[in-house]
Amino acid sequence: MLYTMLIFQPPYDQQTRATDMAAWPPYIEALRAAGVFAAGGGLQPPTTATTLRFQGNERIVQDGPYADTKEQIGGFVVLDVPDLDAALDWAARAPRAPGRVLEVRPNLMPPSPR
Amino acid sequence: MAGDARRAVAQAARDSRARLVAFLAARSRDVAAAEDALADAFRAALETWPDDGVPARPEAWLLTAARRRLIDAARRAQVQQDAVPTLRAVAEEAEEVASSGTAFPDERLKLLFVCAHPAIDAGARTPLMLQAVLGLDAARIASAFLVRPTTMGQRLSRAKAKIRDAGIGFTLPGPADLPPRLHTVLEAIYAAYGTGWDDVAGADPRRRGLAAEAIELGRLLLHLMPDEPEGQGLLALMLHCEARRPARRGPAGEYVPLTDQDTALWSRPMIAEADRLLQAAERAGRLGRFQLEAAIQSVHARRAETGRTDWAAVALLYEGLVRLAPTIGGLVGRAAAVAEAQGAQAGLALLQALPQDAVAAYQPYWALAAHLLARLGWPGADAAFVRAIGLCEDPAARAFLEHRRAAPAAALPI
Repeated sequence: MLYTMLIFQPPYDQQTRATDMAAWPPYIEALRAAGVFAAGGGLQPPTTATTLRFQGNERIVQDGPYADTKEQIGGFVVLDVPDLDAALDWAARAPRAPGRVLEVRPNLMPPSPR
Repeated sequence: MAGDARRAVAQAARDSRARLVAFLAARSRDVAAAEDALADAFRAALETWPDDGVPARPEAWLLTAARRRLIDAARRAQVQQDAVPTLRAVAEEAEEVASSGTAFPDERLKLLFVCAHPAIDAGARTPLMLQAVLGLDAARIASAFLVRPTTMGQRLSRAKAKIRDAGIGFTLPGPADLPPRLHTVLEAIYAAYGTGWDDVAGADPRRRGLAAEAIELGRLLLHLMPDEPEGQGLLALMLHCEARRPARRGPAGEYVPLTDQDTALWSRPMIAEADRLLQAAERAGRLGRFQLEAAIQSVHARRAETGRTDWAAVALLYEGLVRLAPTIGGLVGRAAAVAEAQGAQAGLALLQALPQDAVAAYQPYWALAAHLLARLGWPGADAAFVRAIGLCEDPAARAFLEHRRAAPAAALPI
């Protein structure tokens, strides 16, 4: 089953960001070695976001993130594991950072072989 | 005055809750009904004791209060006809015991055995014990076991329904069944001690998890089965691990491996108690997994007096342990001990003989492999460090491994 781990966190200064960035590769490597890494990636800060929305047939393109909240999405990992317990087990091993919250959700559709 | 009464309720809750739950559940086989009835009784106590004063026999008072709720439950359970007479009979017996002035029978040992009954899902045994015996709530247990609180709630309800519906008896196993049944009780208690820990000996001391609760359960079991060597062994094991908690972190919160720990920080009273328990267990002449694990920790504890670790003794005890129970943790522990006693190459050979799929996500395996490869100056050390770091849950242990990974081979202790 696929589970997505959404990584929420407050904005980090450069130092915290650099330390955190260095902590991820071994974790991803461990996920790959255990055969549970389906997809994932870290995201640039919300200031780099571009938002697209629609009003009728109008496209409205804006600079910046959709929601201006204290907690931002820093990245995500899609885990291919048998059940939620296994997903939480892996989520607990993700690198820690101040204020970081991990949200684990089952993906809507299991991949069906065509 | 009101504060005194509240403290009296809290005290009664601590002292008597398990005895009251066990007494009621042993008669109705309905743990949930017993817990609900007692929750009501404690609520009533909080309401009335501050005004009326603490009753002379708090337990009898609570039992009478719980009885009313049981009768209500019997009334509501009319759909399940067979439950009604049982609950009524329990209510009557509770009243009898409460008014007779005699101490009511201690059924806590039966409750422990029921919680760890083989018919109950293995993943529910420890949570059930923590809730039924110690009164922990599902949310707290869920966090310790890293599952959703709703999932834990369902797991607990299912287990309690199983006891009631399958009619699991509140009886003690006979002599033939006792050793395996006792083992599931001991394992359930130890699982509470090790909640969420890959490796108990190196775990984060700030995250106490349910260590205190597990020790409380261990003490209760020993109180109820004072001559059982494996019960003594389990408590000794937990006390040895607990004794080192203050030494497992440096002043800045950094991870300190067992071999580098300042023995002055170890708790001497806990070590002494653990060793006394272990000696008493040895006199019974029945060796078991928990006695062996405690004996291993006891050898490590001796470094506080001798200044050195007898690795040959540790390796020998691990040899006995893996023959009895070849768990992956025991096998990795043996490899570590052999590496110290006979050299890194011998330890590495044992590690490499382990089935690769069993160790893919087992952090202590990769940490040990990394250390031994680095010590030998062999290739593959860096890849093993990366795996060990990636599998870490504890940030301090991760920082320790990152530091080791960066250290030149010559700087590593041989």
